Amino acid sequence: WRAVHVLLKPGVTDPVAQSTTAAIADMGLEAEAVRTLRKVWFAGLDDAALATLCTKLLANDAIEQVIVGPLPFARLELGSPYEFRLVTVPLRSLDDDGLARLSREGQLYLSLTEMQTIQAHFRQLDRDPTDAELETVAQTWSEHCSHKTLAGRIAYRGPDGAREFRNMLKETIFAATGEIRKTLGDDDWCVSVFADNAGIIRFDDDYNVVFKVETHNHPSALEPYGGANTGIGGVIRDPLGTGMGAKPIANTDVFCFAPPDTPPEEVPAGALHPRRVIKGVVSGVRDYGNRMGIPTVNGAIYFDPRYLGNPLVFCGNVGLIPRSQSFKEARAGDYIVAIGGRTGRDGIHGATFSSAELTHHSESLSGGAVQIGNAITEKMLLDVVLAARDRGLYHAITDCGAGGFSSAVGEMGETIGAEVWLDRAPVKYKGLSYTEIWISEAQERMVLSVGPDQWQAFSDLCQSEGVEATIIGKFVPTGRLKLKYGDHEVADLTMEFLHGGRPPVVREAVYDLPAERALEWNAAATADFTETVTKILGSWNVASKHWVIRQYDHEVQGGSVIKPLVGVNNDGPSDAAVVRPVLASRRGIAIACGMNPCYADFDTYHMAASAIDEAMRNCVAVGADPARIAILDNFCWGNTERPQTLGSLVRAAIACYDVAVALGTPFISGKDSLNNEFRYEDADGRSHTIAIPASLLISALGQVDDVARCVTMDLKQPGNLIYLVGATYDELGGSHFARVHGLGGGRVPKVDPQRAKVTFAAMHAAIAAGLVRACHDLSEGGLAVALAEMAFAGGWGATIDVAKAPQSIDANQAAEAVLLFSESNTRFLCEVPAESASAFEHLLAGVAHARVGQVTDASRLEILSGERPVVSAELSALKASWLAPLDW
Amino acid sequence: MAQPRVLILRAPGANCDLETEYAIACAGGLAERWHVNRLLEAPRRLADYQILCIPGGFSYGDDVAAGRILGNQLRHHLAECLQEFKAAGKLILGICNGFQILLKSGVLLPLADDLTGPATLAWNASGKFEDRWVPLVVSSSKSVFFAGIESMYLPVAHAEGKFVPRDEPLLRSLETNGQIVLRYGTNAALNGPLPMAPTVAYPENPNGSLADVAGICDSSGRVCGLMPHPERHIDPTQHPHWTRASLPAAGDGLRVFQNAVGYFR
Repeated sequence: WRAVHVLLKPGVTDPVAQSTTAAIADMGLEAEAVRTLRKVWFAGLDDAALATLCTKLLANDAIEQVIVGPLPFARLELGSPYEFRLVTVPLRSLDDDGLARLSREGQLYLSLTEMQTIQAHFRQLDRDPTDAELETVAQTWSEHCSHKTLAGRIAYRGPDGAREFRNMLKETIFAATGEIRKTLGDDDWCVSVFADNAGIIRFDDDYNVVFKVETHNHPSALEPYGGANTGIGGVIRDPLGTGMGAKPIANTDVFCFAPPDTPPEEVPAGALHPRRVIKGVVSGVRDYGNRMGIPTVNGAIYFDPRYLGNPLVFCGNVGLIPRSQSFKEARAGDYIVAIGGRTGRDGIHGATFSSAELTHHSESLSGGAVQIGNAITEKMLLDVVLAARDRGLYHAITDCGAGGFSSAVGEMGETIGAEVWLDRAPVKYKGLSYTEIWISEAQERMVLSVGPDQWQAFSDLCQSEGVEATIIGKFVPTGRLKLKYGDHEVADLTMEFLHGGRPPVVREAVYDLPAERALEWNAAATADFTETVTKILGSWNVASKHWVIRQYDHEVQGGSVIKPLVGVNNDGPSDAAVVRPVLASRRGIAIACGMNPCYADFDTYHMAASAIDEAMRNCVAVGADPARIAILDNFCWGNTERPQTLGSLVRAAIACYDVAVALGTPFISGKDSLNNEFRYEDADGRSHTIAIPASLLISALGQVDDVARCVTMDLKQPGNLIYLVGATYDELGGSHFARVHGLGGGRVPKVDPQRAKVTFAAMHAAIAAGLVRACHDLSEGGLAVALAEMAFAGGWGATIDVAKAPQSIDANQAAEAVLLFSESNTRFLCEVPAESASAFEHLLAGVAHARVGQVTDASRLEILSGERPVVSAELSALKASWLAPLDW
Repeated sequence: MAQPRVLILRAPGANCDLETEYAIACAGGLAERWHVNRLLEAPRRLADYQILCIPGGFSYGDDVAAGRILGNQLRHHLAECLQEFKAAGKLILGICNGFQILLKSGVLLPLADDLTGPATLAWNASGKFEDRWVPLVVSSSKSVFFAGIESMYLPVAHAEGKFVPRDEPLLRSLETNGQIVLRYGTNAALNGPLPMAPTVAYPENPNGSLADVAGICDSSGRVCGLMPHPERHIDPTQHPHWTRASLPAAGDGLRVFQNAVGYFR
């Protein structure tokens, strides 16, 4: 037998060890240091097999070390003392090659123009920069922190003509919100958009709600558990760092993975197998969200082979904040106070790394950017911040995200000036240099602006809850950022150069619309529609996600109204989640999302429009008021230095503008993650690149006046009528019907925003009037799949006639396939009691709708075309195929 | 007597304290949330309260074992005042993590001389954290908290909730003393003797608890621990099926808190 020890690498956060150290001390015993490890015994394995097992299964080299045989150390190393040494970088003397090499090898990931700008600046100052100065600029100018590409100058040519953008985001996404707010006038319910760490909108007379969704893709690719863990931990700090601090009330998590059945031999070096990624990501979100006591109520998972090596992990958080606490202002003379976790080497270069493309070397190159979070540290931080907020013990707060202190202090002091005393920051272990302290992305830290008159009370409060709070500097009205370590000055930059000195990024963007091809019909596709429904229900995207959902606490905080799983057996797929953030009130918020990477290859304009429509109809389906829905954009794209890739993004942004304005649905916050590509070399040393499909996530935050009016998607009562609302078109392009039958071509679903607006309003009126017993939106899989889900969720059968469906499709032999499986937007299925039928039809008068059938007690799904049965199945069979794939 | 005072004990990682405070307020109690550090500074203050409630969450991250570290703190630093609290005929309720803490600290059932517990809450049979609603039956009239309640529908949300008694005699004594007060499933009859195994199938028994035990009380009936979350079923719109029927006046969980508060009225 051989013993194998798996330990976290020194410096990687070890929450259990932290708690244990405290517990040992509490028992009056002494312990110098604690580390946890896993110990496994093996027999009959040769070294090679053992090595493979260790790397593929037991440990992840990004954060863990494997020791075969007895542990080689007598005591646990705690780092060696740091001797100060000022490091200056000979920048002025470098030629262009030198600048490029420095940017690459120093992991600054700055363009040559940017390096030249920095060089010119320091030549002007007649000195070379210190490493801290260079790092500070790199962090501040990173794609992650400044979104320089999308906020940059873009010359765009596409099917919608040529456009010159001076700031693409401002002229599309932001502009839409601006116009909507102008139209709303005095009724404007947006409070703060694209300004703070999260968008803020009005909730009721006392509170506002805030919403932010972030991505943590590259860390999750290298270490799925830690990446997702710190992803959710990070986005929770966004609402907490918004205004004077919002109380997190709900999480939403959306993932994109390669299919779990990807053959191991097809997984390139440097990439983890999708199954390992999925299990790691889900556990990471579970352990952090559950420990924080924040219900994870909404989410989605999409599968595509192109997410291999570069999965997408979207983590979102909704917060509740008193209206009077929605704004903040750091003040000259205030202390810069760091609270929460200590600073270590964690995540160094995360900000710049997340702007870089992943390669099969990333694992070793950027390992330092990967880390583990400690949810309890953040929960303590959360408790103390809200208490201090309500006692008025600080003037401003922000989170330490990418870039660590460097970004947090830089942003907070942008209009004032700051002096930071780096040697005062509490560190996890000895040996950190001033620069490491400055750019470390150690988790669970916030930075506050605390007035000298507030400090004592603030510090006492933190102490009483066991939270470390330390003065690390002062905001001073100099317009400069000065860093000191002891008596040594290690950086002195003007805020002006830091925030205004970056040369604008100028990019070409081209979008060539792929030629529309007819759907490649084949005989099998139309042979047996019952089998097709079953297949789609059992496909990765549509299949039940209960294995994931049940591992998340979606009830904590006691406000759950519409749960992610609904119906007679609590296992039907809800369209959106509804929670009551104020327990004494029946006013609620609805949280939903829309995304469809399958449409990206057809036209990113319609992909974006469809995503917005889906997010909206999900909210409307549960009873949210369409006139009060705010949305977020998260663009995850490939390398936008390719004009075609950037073009497909601009095309999507233009759609966002068009649809948002037409619907009167404002964007209030957003984020982009570019360079989502994975580069690797195959066995013969040939280099390959896998670029993800253009992926736009739209997250929606709706509002419900009285949650007792909400509806769920499960069928309720035999005899009730079933209505189909919205017209069906020949739009099978990118559909799940096309997917399961391997059919290329076809028309991608489009959105008619004007008609959508009317439809959403009419649907809301009907639901608010209490006329609808069940409502489900039509999305992946179209009509047949939506009806099947409603039926097996409710435990009642359904019989409908597709020939009655409102439609506008040119007669062809496959008309039935189109009616059953087309994914046309803005459609709903509604269960309406006979006595409410006329009132329902009256409210829907202006909208395409038809009574297509009724709820039965037969526990069968029967779909006819006129007289002829086209789908006939036992609900139990349909449900079984839907439950099976991800029942892990 | 006036409004009973309830001390909700929160520790780093406790996260159900606010909704528990709300549930107690709905039941007519006067709840205050105390950080454990405050109580460690002034243990005597506990005497000012009639009810002690340890809420759900992940005290100290559940590191080492669920409830272990806070359990140790109670045992090392608060044993005496907790003993007096019990002796004074007052009530102690532990929900989810609070149940784990009461067991590990010996407040609910006495520990053996070697400090091992007579029973524990082990990892779920499914091996993972699970959030789901389960049917529950009150299987004994001994506990103050469940007086007059026959059955409830409440959510569980935990990774370590599988009730495992040390041995059959222990289970037998709990059973004969009526200390097994809450069980998973719908079958009210304690068709004992209870076996050292689950009799209700997953997922109705969500964690594989032996004898389907969801909650127990001490020999007095005034100290009680349960894994399900009554504070998560106060408003009727929390019931997973509320859209399928007409709204009742209140959620099943409210009665538990009303019983506790009513005990002092």
